[in-house]
Amino acid sequence: MEVYLDNSATTKCFKDVAELMSEIMCEDYGNPSSMHNKGMQAETRIRTAKEIIAKNLKVNEKEILFTSGGTESDNIALIGSAMANYRAGRHLITTKIEHPAILQTMKYLEEQGFEVTYLPVDKNGQIRLADLEKAITDETILVSIMHTNNEIGALQPIEEAGSLIKRINPNIIFHVDAVQGFGKFRIYPKRMHIDLLSVSGHKIHGPKGVGFLYINEKIKIKPIIFGGGQQKGMRSGTENVPGVAGLAKAIEMIYADLDTDVEKLYRLKEHFIQGVKQIPDVKINGLTGRDSAPHIVSVSIRGIRSEVMLHALEEKGIYVSAGSACASNKPQTSETLKAIGVEKDLLDSTIRFSFSDFTTVEEIDYTLQALQEIVPMLRKYVRH
Amino acid sequence: MFTAFLIKYAEIGVKGKNRYLFEDALVQQIKYALKRCEGEFKVHKTQGRIYVDALTDFDFDETVDNLKTVFGISGICPVVYVEDEGFEKLCDTVVKYIADVYPEKNKTFKVMARRARKNYPLDSMEINREMGGAILDAYPEMHVDVHNPDIVLNIEIREKIYIYSEIIPGPGGMPIGTAGKAMLLLSGGIDSPVAGYMIAKRGVKIDAVYFHAPPYTSERAKQKVVDLAKLVSRYTGPIYLHVINFTDIQLYIYEKCPHEELTIIMRRLMMKIAEHIAKETECLGLITGESIGQVASQTMHSLAATNEVCTMPVYRPLIGFDKQEIVEVAEKINTYETSILPYEDCCTIFVAKHPVTKPNLNMIKKHEKNLEEKIDELVKTALETDELIIVQCDK
Repeated sequence: MEVYLDNSATTKCFKDVAELMSEIMCEDYGNPSSMHNKGMQAETRIRTAKEIIAKNLKVNEKEILFTSGGTESDNIALIGSAMANYRAGRHLITTKIEHPAILQTMKYLEEQGFEVTYLPVDKNGQIRLADLEKAITDETILVSIMHTNNEIGALQPIEEAGSLIKRINPNIIFHVDAVQGFGKFRIYPKRMHIDLLSVSGHKIHGPKGVGFLYINEKIKIKPIIFGGGQQKGMRSGTENVPGVAGLAKAIEMIYADLDTDVEKLYRLKEHFIQGVKQIPDVKINGLTGRDSAPHIVSVSIRGIRSEVMLHALEEKGIYVSAGSACASNKPQTSETLKAIGVEKDLLDSTIRFSFSDFTTVEEIDYTLQALQEIVPMLRKYVRH
Repeated sequence: MFTAFLIKYAEIGVKGKNRYLFEDALVQQIKYALKRCEGEFKVHKTQGRIYVDALTDFDFDETVDNLKTVFGISGICPVVYVEDEGFEKLCDTVVKYIADVYPEKNKTFKVMARRARKNYPLDSMEINREMGGAILDAYPEMHVDVHNPDIVLNIEIREKIYIYSEIIPGPGGMPIGTAGKAMLLLSGGIDSPVAGYMIAKRGVKIDAVYFHAPPYTSERAKQKVVDLAKLVSRYTGPIYLHVINFTDIQLYIYEKCPHEELTIIMRRLMMKIAEHIAKETECLGLITGESIGQVASQTMHSLAATNEVCTMPVYRPLIGFDKQEIVEVAEKINTYETSILPYEDCCTIFVAKHPVTKPNLNMIKKHEKNLEEKIDELVKTALETDELIIVQCDK
């Protein structure tokens, strides 16, 4: 039995998405910038994709920028708005538990002379609004907060943070990295005071190498990629037409049954957590109820190194990740786990299970049974 | 502009009546290395020298890089062949050659002519003198120095005339296949690929064994070892890599033996298994990357304890090397970057906090008695499930 429980790393592409993309690659392969009909067909594909996305986010089509994925969206959001607004101030705010696409970009901006405040999180991995309020100064031009944490599934108070920021200074740009949360929650940028929203295709059963950045048309932002002036000069380079169409198709499919699917994910998560709790000496990190992401469970299993656990599960056909594999395959202690105060012994013994629409109760039961067998076996042999 | 290479070899020149065997092996290895290069080449022995003639267009850098992987080559001289069209024309050609090869003219030189074709109108001394004059006329800033010149300009008068002056150092050593075969214990670390390289450099063909311990070591760790073998095979030719599943043996030792002795006992079993495969595959020795005192299992006491299980010679070419010296070779042969990828290998999984550094052989043997019940069966299974991967570097 193959059980794929690493959906926060990436997901299986919907068949309909793959078929649509294959059709576009073989039939509507024109360059959307070409003046002839073949080019227009491709351009229409992009326009349709924009319409679908804009409708589901309740935003204007002009506010959707296609990118190569979450990391690029985050880079444009941070660097692009920092460069466009540095005259208003040089202070940026983010949290300690962001994805490296944010943290490393912030580090780069620090080298460029910007000052960055990293908000701490509580034991559940959530920021406190009071800390945010204290951090904002006259110099602050941007706040970037992730919607859903990729390692423990913690949710941030996005809407509250948005209104707090705008109440203090409506000119501060609010960026939200929603790579893990998009497709699980209905995110409406306008209502939530979000100016920039990063989304990736392959986390929501779409293709890899494509994503988008929602950009509130009222804010000032500069491009970071230059060339032929595509996408109104905001991101030059021939558009990834099949990718963009595939991304929109995936979003359309996800939104079709969003509420029932998410309800199903929460039930799976509850069921899984019930089972995991039967195993002695395990700890579940972060919140576990409806106040957490429906698809992520972080489990620390005392005495077993995560890498060994991962490979032992792999032998049974179960794929999971150790800490946060989304970032890279470098074994490093997780900043998020440290930030929420996971004890030192458990940092290297933490496994992330992440579910998707394709996950079934049978797969969860099979995984629980595998854990019941593997954990005592591996605990017999430990390093001294 | 260069159309051929003169291959210089040092040591095999002195091998007496076996010399042709070494030269033939070298020609074989050169042909093998050139298969990876764009273009067609003819490799031939002429009057006690080996030449590589390019028959088509070729990529100079790529060809030199690949020739540099052939053990037995001490130097590679890029050669220009010209037709004999009279001495004056030859002088023009040489003047032009200097312009192309030495943009910086402020150098000393001497001409060294060899007249293999005795009917050439000038003799060697005359060529040296006349051509030296022509060069000085063309480049007044150059000077002749017959004792210690910057440039030795070789002019060989044969059927055609060969001009060369540059010597690119080769790897040295002896051609692969002139010394038998040995079994390398290959982990994923920095040392063992270097050890394999060093022994192969003496003409030894290499096979390898890797101990895999799933789920404690990952598929990526195994892939890393295959990648390392591939990098080493650039020098050694195809490597037969034996992958032995070691998990059950390791866990059994963990259950039955004191944990401080785990690594030593494990290594003794690895040596035993490696020797078994080595004997079956007609190897004449084992190769390890050990270096005295590097880690607990490589103290002299530990090495003695590990060595005791083998009857075959164990070659440890790095035994007197410091880590930094090993790293330098690893960087030279391009294995370093792969070696430092952070995947766990089976030696470190259960390593005790304070492993013994001065193991007592009698104690070790006494504790190994605890393994008697099942160990033969486990070793047999490990040997039966040996996975053989033939590794060779791609074009």
